[in-house]
Amino acid sequence: MEWLVAAAIATLTASGVYLILAQRTYTIVIGLGLLTYATNLFLFATGRLAVNAPPIVGDPQAPHTDPIPQALVLTAIVISFGMTALTLVMAVRGYFESGGDDVDLLGPEEEVAKERR
Amino acid sequence: MNHWLILPILLPAIVAPLLALALRHDLIMTRTFSIGSMVLLVLLGGYLTAMASDGATRTYALGEWGGPVGIVLVLDRLAAVMLLLTATLGLGIAIYSLSGCDKAGPHFHPLLQFQLMGLNGAFLTGDLFNLFVFFEILLIASYGLMVHGGGAARVRAGLQYVMINLVGSSIFLIGLGLIYGVTGTLNMADFAVKAKQIAAADSALLQTGIALLVAVFGIKAAVVPLHFWLPGTYANAAGPVAALFAIMTKVGAYALIRVFTLCHGDAAGGAADWFASGWLVWGGVATLIVGTIGIVGARSLNQQASFAGLASMGTLLIAIGGFTPALGSAAIYYLIHSTLAVAALFLVIDMIIRRRTGFGDALVAAPRFVHGGLIAATFFVIAIAVIGLPPLSGFIGKLLILSALAGQTSGGEGGGGVAGWPWLWGVILVTSLLALIGFAFSGTLVFWRRPSDKPAETASPPIVVPMVAVGWLLACMVLMTLLAGPATDYFDQTAGQLFRPQGYLEATLGEAAAGGGS
Repeated sequence: MEWLVAAAIATLTASGVYLILAQRTYTIVIGLGLLTYATNLFLFATGRLAVNAPPIVGDPQAPHTDPIPQALVLTAIVISFGMTALTLVMAVRGYFESGGDDVDLLGPEEEVAKERR
Repeated sequence: MNHWLILPILLPAIVAPLLALALRHDLIMTRTFSIGSMVLLVLLGGYLTAMASDGATRTYALGEWGGPVGIVLVLDRLAAVMLLLTATLGLGIAIYSLSGCDKAGPHFHPLLQFQLMGLNGAFLTGDLFNLFVFFEILLIASYGLMVHGGGAARVRAGLQYVMINLVGSSIFLIGLGLIYGVTGTLNMADFAVKAKQIAAADSALLQTGIALLVAVFGIKAAVVPLHFWLPGTYANAAGPVAALFAIMTKVGAYALIRVFTLCHGDAAGGAADWFASGWLVWGGVATLIVGTIGIVGARSLNQQASFAGLASMGTLLIAIGGFTPALGSAAIYYLIHSTLAVAALFLVIDMIIRRRTGFGDALVAAPRFVHGGLIAATFFVIAIAVIGLPPLSGFIGKLLILSALAGQTSGGEGGGGVAGWPWLWGVILVTSLLALIGFAFSGTLVFWRRPSDKPAETASPPIVVPMVAVGWLLACMVLMTLLAGPATDYFDQTAGQLFRPQGYLEATLGEAAAGGGS
């Protein structure tokens, strides 16, 4: 169980980091998405893995899961979802304003060409 | 329960949706409410600063769930000063935007209010996860402000800024997860207590979590080598937005001060010892050197101002990294000064850009522009402040840092100097000289050198409102210079409070829990 979750987090993180290093905004957005999934899974796992246990402590001795990481993950999911949407909007706007989805800043030549257009 | 504590968050949180939803088509009402909210925030900041000056740490338990379970807001001297600084800067920028910058795109004022809400929340919160949430609030507002006005270059730079901060947020969450997994708490005070009690087997995990937090705060504070986002972002943002961003780097510096002074005196966990070992000093030196090279080599005024902001962060980080009470006091003084000075620099550069049609902020000779004399004089004064020459507060700030580095203090608690301080003196003094050369070069080029065959420019944007805004920031700097004595007394006590975190712990956790750890 631990190995499975750890391997999933590792794979997602590695794929996310690889995609973030790309030159195109769309690839980076996908990479950021994978990285936030990995982060969410990781946060979820910080409350220790407990299967088939309720997140409510009635009797402290009875098996239960830690509810706080679940609340944290919920917040993190909402924020990362909104952020991904925002990045996509900005990427699309950047594409239409600069005519390409390269992530680099405009060089002096490109800016001149843009002003002439 | 002291309900004043939540007002700095609540006021902009109420005004911003009001502006965005109800008043979006009414420019006059939008501006009235925005300025009104800023004035109230300044008054509130002043009141809270006066309230905190008695040395007590006040807490506000949200929903009456006290720490460490619930989220608490904590007001001590440092938080109060940061609130006052944020409001002061916000008022200056809101006034400046009346000259027409707020019409360049939609929702300038609501985003400004949301940004202030996030900043105030980050300064007040006593909970690490809540700090993350307020970071996100201020970042989301800053993403909107960053692309305010549009344009290909700005959107590209904005996209980079968003991406690097999204990666930063992920790292922040992973660090928080590690800290929660090991200590079982996210309350800052409770964390400081629990960090001392963890099992030896877990200490590597805890150190990793803390290192990740430092990396995130380092990205925010633009410590070299995590600074690459800053020049492109600041140089491409609209003038007032770049001015507002002058405080964004200070949030990272604030978080570093807050978290590590709380862990101060922690023997077993070693978090504060590791922090105090001085590596941040050398990060600050690298930041200062890179910033100064940028000032000398900049090809445009905005680029130069961005690197000046980076260099001021370098000086600040040297002071924070030294980690003595005297340096802490000097750091707070310099933090306030450099925020105001860099913001004023961005505003005056924006005034220049709007007059030099066709040339913008490029460092080339251009025809004479209107109000040139007045703007040149303002630029001169602000450049003096940014570089740290007498008579303005930059000089006092640097002097305080230099004397504290050498361990020479007038106050009671000095705490000794920093090893290798002659080297640090050399770096700070030489970079100041280089910054002086850089600004002298750009000022001469922009204000004095003229191409002979070009006719005079006719563009004449408003002058009064922008000058009022810049004058407000300048007046605050002059006030800091004139009242340097009482101000340093206040900051000495602030640093004293920070380096004796017992008061903070007791206020947040209650005496029994806070005492249990030590």
